[in-house]
Amino acid sequence: MSNTAMVEKYRSNFLKEVAENVEEGEWVRMCMQCGVCSGSCPMGPHWEHPPQELFMMIRANKREEVLSSSSMWMCTSCYNCIARCPRELPITHIMHGLAHYAKRLGLAPKENPTNKFSQRFWDNLTKTGRVNELKLGLSLYFMNGFVEGIKTALKMKDVGMGMLKTGRMNPLEILGGHGVKDKSGFQAMLKKAQELEAARVDK
Amino acid sequence: MAKKEYSFYPGCSSQKGASSINYLRSVETMCEDLDVQLNTIPDWNCCSASIGYNGGGELPRLVLSARNIALSEKNHPGQDIVSPCAACWLGTRESQERLNHNDSLMAEANTALKEAGLELEGKKDVRHMVEVLIEDFGYDALGAKVKKPLNDIKIAGYVGCQTNRPFGIDGESFENPKYLDKLIETLGGEPVENYDKKVSCCGGALAFSEPDKSQALIKDIIESAYDGGADMIVTPCPVCQMNVEVYQDQINAKYNTKFKMPVVYYSTLISVAYGHNAKDSALDGQVIRAKQLEEIAAK
Repeated sequence: MSNTAMVEKYRSNFLKEVAENVEEGEWVRMCMQCGVCSGSCPMGPHWEHPPQELFMMIRANKREEVLSSSSMWMCTSCYNCIARCPRELPITHIMHGLAHYAKRLGLAPKENPTNKFSQRFWDNLTKTGRVNELKLGLSLYFMNGFVEGIKTALKMKDVGMGMLKTGRMNPLEILGGHGVKDKSGFQAMLKKAQELEAARVDK
Repeated sequence: MAKKEYSFYPGCSSQKGASSINYLRSVETMCEDLDVQLNTIPDWNCCSASIGYNGGGELPRLVLSARNIALSEKNHPGQDIVSPCAACWLGTRESQERLNHNDSLMAEANTALKEAGLELEGKKDVRHMVEVLIEDFGYDALGAKVKKPLNDIKIAGYVGCQTNRPFGIDGESFENPKYLDKLIETLGGEPVENYDKKVSCCGGALAFSEPDKSQALIKDIIESAYDGGADMIVTPCPVCQMNVEVYQDQINAKYNTKFKMPVVYYSTLISVAYGHNAKDSALDGQVIRAKQLEEIAAK
């Protein structure tokens, strides 16, 4: 699935594209533009376009603007919008779905820190089946390059020491650490799930 | 009362040397007193919390939880799945609901699970540890085991997001759930009335990727606890606990505040009130020490 293929397929019907390809995307049609989601979001002031606005932009075919936006990467998964939406839209999931779809098409903002962190989290957990907090933390410090990484590591030194002293961080995790025993079964399962999903999206 | 058994999903942060190992330790202490046996799901994996959506599409994320549920079905038939972690609980329960709601997704999930030699039925009750406390024991039974009441300690019950939404605890409201306050009272402590950041977000995983924006939220959560006269904050969520506890120095430097607010788990409060020492109550896991609890534990 490429970006140009999708543009070609859906022409000027981005709403249909979202409904057919984005996780829970069919729900976008149900939005009545009340704005409760936008008003309920803890990161509200930092969204380029809050959820209500994104939903209207989808209807208005603002495809590039929606998919390249940093907006949906601001979602903290607090579920406040879901709990309060009078139409019961699964807004949190739609935001995750839009972010994932934008990433698949290569349109997500590459420098967005949550885009980077979220990918690292996934890579970290799928490697052994369980999150390695130490490696995840270090990869996060250095996600903006080596010099920035050293600066971040210094800034975070006291937090790290606090965790170390209380036994809530283990430097030996760098050598491998926790993981599932049936790693081959775990990874074969994920590979199959990815294949099935790709086949569905490419249809 | 007969021993209660549950199929236990501890989650990544409760592993040895991980950020909420102190939570697990106090949960184990608490469960021993309550005659609860936690049977860990063999070979459980990460649920991808709510932040794996970049690399992981819908189905790959759903099968992560499906594998854990399938392992529980196979190894612990008839036992509810219980997790102490808000994200693990939410992820597992939500994944099962979504698979049960969509036959083709369920069929695909089972095709993927076959690769790991597993099969999902999807009929498990998936519960948070506080549900076990409140529903399977109740405040009276929990209170009956208190040996050292938490007298004169004022505590802000910070429920946070994912233990509260979208599922929450039965009978509680999304906007002002009361169970932590009731639990504090049960243990002899004094809950902060009208704690107005009770269900506000700490930034969750974005505390890592958007630290400034998240720390602004965390600052309000702590400030509001101080405004209510709190000596400490209590929470049922590992991410809330860590975010609200460990960045206080950075927040102080940025906002010129003087925060030094201990943030503990409900299971630590219970362990101390049930008469355990500082180690078994995991008070040594506090980055900001809870001195009043240490004093009670030492008595």
